[in-house]
Amino acid sequence: MLENENLVQGRTGKWEVVIGLEVHAQVNSKAKLFSGSSTDFGSDPNTQVSFLDAGMPGMLPVINKVCVDQAIKTGLGFHGHINEISIFDRKNYFYADLPAGYQISQFHYPIVTGGYIDIEVDGKPTKRIAITRLHIEQDAGKSIHDLHPEFSYIDLNRAGMALMEIVSEPEMRSPAEATAYVKKLRSLLRYLGTCDGNMEQGSLRVDANISLRRLGEPLGTRAEIKNVNSIRFLGQALDYEIYRQLEILEDGGAVIQETRLFDPVKGETRSMRGKENAHDYRYFPDPDLKPLVVTQERIEAIRTTMTELPDAKRNRFQVDYGLSDYDATVLVAEKEIADYYETVIKAAKSQDVKQAAKLCANWLISEVFAAMNRESLLIHQLPFQAHHLAELIDLIIDGTISGKIAKDVFAKMWTTAKSPTELVADLGLQQISDTSVIEAVIDQVLAENPDKVTDYKAGKVQLFGFFVGLVMKVMKGKANPGLVNDILKNKL
Amino acid sequence: MTDLTRLTLTEARKALDKKDFSAVDLTNAFLKRMEDKRDLNVYITETPEQALQQAKLSDQRLSKGQGGLLEGLPLGIKDLFCTKGIRTTSGSKMLENFVPPYESTVSANLLNAGGVFLGKTNMDEFAMGSANITSFFGPSISPWKSKKDPQKKLVPGGSSGGSAAAVSARLAMAATASDTGGSIRQPAAFCGLVGIKPTYGLCSRWGMVAFASSLDQAGPLTHTVADAALMLQVMAGYDEKDATCLSGEVPAYFDKLNANVKGLKVGIAQEYIENLNEEGQALLQKGIDWLTQAGAVMCDISLKTTPYALPTYYVLAPAEASSNLARFDGVRYSSRVDGKTLDDLYEKTRRTCFGEEVRRRILMGTYVLSAGYYDAYYLKAQKVRQLIAADFDQAFQKVDVLLTPTTPGAAFGVDERPSDPITMYLNDIYTVPVNMAGLPAISVPAGVNDEGLPLGLQLIGPALSEQLLLNAATVIEQAANFRQYRQL
Repeated sequence: MLENENLVQGRTGKWEVVIGLEVHAQVNSKAKLFSGSSTDFGSDPNTQVSFLDAGMPGMLPVINKVCVDQAIKTGLGFHGHINEISIFDRKNYFYADLPAGYQISQFHYPIVTGGYIDIEVDGKPTKRIAITRLHIEQDAGKSIHDLHPEFSYIDLNRAGMALMEIVSEPEMRSPAEATAYVKKLRSLLRYLGTCDGNMEQGSLRVDANISLRRLGEPLGTRAEIKNVNSIRFLGQALDYEIYRQLEILEDGGAVIQETRLFDPVKGETRSMRGKENAHDYRYFPDPDLKPLVVTQERIEAIRTTMTELPDAKRNRFQVDYGLSDYDATVLVAEKEIADYYETVIKAAKSQDVKQAAKLCANWLISEVFAAMNRESLLIHQLPFQAHHLAELIDLIIDGTISGKIAKDVFAKMWTTAKSPTELVADLGLQQISDTSVIEAVIDQVLAENPDKVTDYKAGKVQLFGFFVGLVMKVMKGKANPGLVNDILKNKL
Repeated sequence: MTDLTRLTLTEARKALDKKDFSAVDLTNAFLKRMEDKRDLNVYITETPEQALQQAKLSDQRLSKGQGGLLEGLPLGIKDLFCTKGIRTTSGSKMLENFVPPYESTVSANLLNAGGVFLGKTNMDEFAMGSANITSFFGPSISPWKSKKDPQKKLVPGGSSGGSAAAVSARLAMAATASDTGGSIRQPAAFCGLVGIKPTYGLCSRWGMVAFASSLDQAGPLTHTVADAALMLQVMAGYDEKDATCLSGEVPAYFDKLNANVKGLKVGIAQEYIENLNEEGQALLQKGIDWLTQAGAVMCDISLKTTPYALPTYYVLAPAEASSNLARFDGVRYSSRVDGKTLDDLYEKTRRTCFGEEVRRRILMGTYVLSAGYYDAYYLKAQKVRQLIAADFDQAFQKVDVLLTPTTPGAAFGVDERPSDPITMYLNDIYTVPVNMAGLPAISVPAGVNDEGLPLGLQLIGPALSEQLLLNAATVIEQAANFRQYRQL
């Protein structure tokens, strides 16, 4: 029943969308997969190229163990099976940015098989997406066709960098599930430190296979959308592709198995090459490399280096801090944010941990995130220190300032290096909780508005807010709002 | 002074220590002879200046008593070993102007031991051939002459034909070679030399232009078994830059060399005798007699997979080659024929700069790896390869070494080359199984045919049995006294 929510309605009936993803994640490693060349992003073209990377005669690949460890760690991260023996194959094709004329990859025997990722879409129950495999392969160089009208330029800095290709089963049923899968996988990779997940720089690229079928029928013919480099574009490309395939199928036509490219400017996918032009990659085991053997000891040693992963952290946040599923999910999506969140909680002095944690979550998700978006800052670039945010939360909890005043203090924290306590003192923002002071102001306000008091007593209860507003205005917003409410109710 | 080019490595090395002559004298003697014998076309690139420079440095080291194992000894280097700053063509128009910015591990080992490089020797294009007639730089000619037809130009064998002709014609004291299916042993047999193909992984392949990576092995071509031991000792060794290289210390083959084969069990495989002609049978019988007289024991054995080795080889080697040679695309360092599009450039470059035999093997290799044919050809061939290796394993449970002829016959004329490729491929029928199993084997000159042309015997051993093979080869060498047949 659940899946029916995702069905697409056409003129002739409903269609089920079937999506499987291949994610290419660049391995976090100082050196390339088979050469000692550096992997720094943004270096001058062709400055990080060894003789091997350039496909010079007689050069031989030697596996970089760090890259293998990272692949193992990633496999463990999605509960995959690490194969003790895997084999590097050559994938043969000619292109100017592929110097050797083949890419070293793993075809028949990948290093990781099986595994899964749990995704959440719009508060629906968790859905488990099975992962088919993860294999290690070399990246190609970069062809640049738009610098010169007649020439193409080749940059081999990327040639030979290590990629993990993570292939899912075709178990996603909507673009929303597909984007949730990529977000979750990206989060996992960043937690593990095995890929920086930077999609703009091409560290994470997605190939999407998508087809439509009538519910209960075998899989339809799929199209593959290649090299999508943003999660937003992935959603748009899949939306377009569903519409395109639906039109074809509803008209009684047949979808052609082909590779398509997404054009973000026009918002459409275009045919890149059909099946008849499909490469025959002539995979065979690379005779320059022995089978890759990883021992159980090595796998277990890597397992011990794993940090808490998003799902576990989310559960802990809910149990330890009493956070809602939504808040916990938002806070754990990025490890840096989750870490920052816990730093703030630990610095807070409030006795009620859950109260502080909940307040801190609200503040991060609303005020801090909004300010970060506005200023285009990342969490580690905030202009104030984490313990100052903790102090602000303490000031709210102990009643020194109201939540409203806290927003003013927060704004000042962006522009000065002062602590919230100092700011409150400097600006005289302490909350007034002296009942005699509040009572005096209330008496004055009521005395000045006898007609409104009469109206209120006659049943116009919505005027209560009007009186609160006047009291706050007189007290410059510093009155303890709880006390104002209580006393006002009594007086009226 | 005696003709210095007649010396063996070991003789010359001793003489240099005794200061009978200098390394420069020795190098000059070879350089002079190289000028006189250019008609044999054994060198693609001669490097006289570098050679003399190296010889001078050798003399300095020798005078300080710091000479290496090969100090001052003039060598030829097969033109598929990349040599830093020296053109390396692999016998192809494709690399006609390629000057590597790096030194292969094997040639670096030789340089570190004091070797002097006279030049880069001719070879079949990308090591694909058995007669050195596929070289873009023209065929190398053997110095040997048929008694029946002295005018006939004979092939030196291949693919290391230039190296074999160079050593045989005394244009190098020894030379490097490489063996993918017989390319060291067959030219050794054709030119009356010793050639050893070591266990796969004994010598680093780093910096060798690849033909078929799982089969390629470097090895030496020399006048004597002792010279082969000395060269191999220097060439071999673990190299972290080659993932298929064997770890472990290289034994001191030369120091440990002896002719003791008492009790050695020598297998004679019936599959290697069946189609042997009379002169081949007679030669093998001589080998059997010599080894028996020296105390070895002969055993008849069977290697049932032998007939499958050659067809299997001609699936696997071209498959690997088709991929290994993909990098020669005209885009970076290789020769280029410009085209309108990238595909056009590829097609024109590769059609123009690869020779016929290379193109044939790339096509075969591409075919056997293609979708729909992979299982029937490549995968099946891989399985047969395992059976061949298992067959040898089983044989070495019973015997220590195998004795076989190296080739079906002696050298043929350059103009007598077979018109069909298959007949040419049959030259390697006794040598190919060894590569399939990654085993070591040595060819040692054992006699001549009725035309006075050299014939070789091959000894095959289990992995890392090089010392055993060199020792057994010494017995044959001493008994055969091959020097008596030399024509030069």
